[in-house]
Amino acid sequence: MAVCVYRTSRVLVQGITGKEGSYHAKACKEYGTKIVAGVTPGKGGQEVDGIPVFNTVEEAVKETHPNVSLIFVPPPFAADAILEAVGSGIKTIVCITEGIPVLDMVKVKRVIEKEGVTLIGPNCPGIITPGAAKIGIMPGHIFTRGSVGIISRSGTLLYETADQITKAGLGQSTCVGIGGDPIVGTDYIFWLKKFEEDPETEAVMMVGEIGGNAEERAAEFIKKGGITKPVFAFIAGRTAPPGRRMGHAGAIIMGKSGTAESKYKALKEAGVYTIENPGYIGETIAKVLKEKAII
Amino acid sequence: MKLHEYQAKEVLTQYGIPVPEGRVTYFPDDAWMVSMELGLPVVLKAQVLTGGRGKAGGVKIARTADEARQYAQELFGKKLVTKQTGPEGVIIRKLLVEKAADIERELYFSIIIDRTTSRPTVIASKRGGMSIEEVAEKYPEDIIKIPIDPVVGFLPYQIRRLKYDLDLMAQEKEAAKIFSALYKVFVEKDCSLLELNPLVVLKSGHLLAVDAKMDIDDNALYRRKEIAKMRDLTEADPDELEARFSGLNFIKLQGNIGCMVNGAGLAMTTMDVIKLAGGEPANFLDVGGEATPETIAKGFEIITRDPKVKAIFINIFGGIVRCDKVANGIIQALKTVKVNIPVVIRLTGMNREEGMEILKKASFKFYVANDLKEAAEMVSELAKGKSVKENTQKEEKKEK
Repeated sequence: MAVCVYRTSRVLVQGITGKEGSYHAKACKEYGTKIVAGVTPGKGGQEVDGIPVFNTVEEAVKETHPNVSLIFVPPPFAADAILEAVGSGIKTIVCITEGIPVLDMVKVKRVIEKEGVTLIGPNCPGIITPGAAKIGIMPGHIFTRGSVGIISRSGTLLYETADQITKAGLGQSTCVGIGGDPIVGTDYIFWLKKFEEDPETEAVMMVGEIGGNAEERAAEFIKKGGITKPVFAFIAGRTAPPGRRMGHAGAIIMGKSGTAESKYKALKEAGVYTIENPGYIGETIAKVLKEKAII
Repeated sequence: MKLHEYQAKEVLTQYGIPVPEGRVTYFPDDAWMVSMELGLPVVLKAQVLTGGRGKAGGVKIARTADEARQYAQELFGKKLVTKQTGPEGVIIRKLLVEKAADIERELYFSIIIDRTTSRPTVIASKRGGMSIEEVAEKYPEDIIKIPIDPVVGFLPYQIRRLKYDLDLMAQEKEAAKIFSALYKVFVEKDCSLLELNPLVVLKSGHLLAVDAKMDIDDNALYRRKEIAKMRDLTEADPDELEARFSGLNFIKLQGNIGCMVNGAGLAMTTMDVIKLAGGEPANFLDVGGEATPETIAKGFEIITRDPKVKAIFINIFGGIVRCDKVANGIIQALKTVKVNIPVVIRLTGMNREEGMEILKKASFKFYVANDLKEAAEMVSELAKGKSVKENTQKEEKKEK
């Protein structure tokens, strides 16, 4: 079954004529994703790798009926691009763009909550259901279809985790990068619920990092019995100095809050299998699932 | 980006928010003159981009002009070590000299972005002057939190509520004006934090922003040019600055293993895994989506400049950055930068095979690792001056 994106997903790429947009639209298409249209204002009528380009999302929706939008628009215009997709009735939006001002996202978040839109990102690698659809910038070949769902704040760390899980002889149901910014469209809880409902998913891997309290909130949800499937977690940034923004805008320890210790503690208390050495993510999951006779 | 207190107060003044009369000084004699110009007593405040100044001795009250000069003499050039700076501290280069306020009581007011609700949130308290964390711990009932809907802004009823909670009935109109101006500053300057601690009620009954802290969202600096210009480069680490100007994300640490990684999460993880393998990372370095020969060369240059660094770990997971491109970048970079310490490379992801081919053909010596833990163990051993085990079959040592 997988989660959120399927073989049938019809994808629109906003910012398709840019360097990143055109490259990744092609890469997604090669992976097997149905890319039905692209949008770049002023470039309507052109084609990118056989994909028709429109001036507006509205027009693209009318002509090609996409149900997911993948956004590569530069930061000053990205919030507007998200809202344009929302305005045209698209309910699943994946925003790759890094560097969107927080106050722009504050407004976007307000709108998507009201409209019931699922926004993945921004500042994320996207979402992939291996073998069915890749809607993002991840290298497709490291993923294998299987039973572990992955939720990650970081892009490269999502790849690392998926790669280890694949090498451990397991696969992934759906992998989602929720984004490294302080304000993102979806949190762990949203995806934990989705993975709980998905019959294909047997276990969930949470890849967290320092900053904010999204992991602590997820721990609370898990503790209350929000998910019955085994959950694993790794938190990056144990060695990060406080008060410094570690690459991602959201990865910063403020005072005592947002530390890896606090997140690990909360997750452990919630019964999550915490993996403290990132070199052993795949092995640990395989071992536990074998012991539990899930695989 | 953090602003100095005096810069934040300049911005507040533009919005009609009252701040103490004062001037920035750079020499003890300036402090002496300014203190007379303003009228005594005056407060001398170290302008450093860190919190906890007061407790660290960075704020002094002078009752005479000579005292002002004497304190200034003590403070200029002094290394201020606060809870937030770490042992290396920060040198005081500027002092803000302000007319001392006649304080009746101290309040706390701040606006932050609450990551849980995704909304700007006003935090206020009758208990100003101490850290808000301390208030939260000791008097949680005295903290007021007002989430703001970005679509409608800071509403009159919310401001009214604040007046009751903070006992500002006597200065009702003034308070309302200041609170709404503060929210305007927050939005119009793209703040990630705006904090007045304390905001004081003077004996005269008027309000005054005695301290101000303002952090600006780096992502919004492109549209806040007037703020971007205020950036004080003197406190930044020169290596970190150079890295930033070259499009790299670099943070210096204390260890001896240099790291070059793509992606912030993986860069943090690389540091963690080195530590777990018994090594100490020397830096955080995210080469980002633009791993060109130039940026990689710059990375090598900055890493190897630190004499403590004994080995380098390059960890690349090809996604946006393709491995062959990175491998080429590494080869090109090593033609311009001399690296005399062992380099462990782990390439995986998009175009890994092509990347490995390029590295194999190169005339440089690398240690190639297949996965994270192997690489971390290898580089930690190498940094200690040990040779890595030859029996690791996966390992490949190229020499020419």
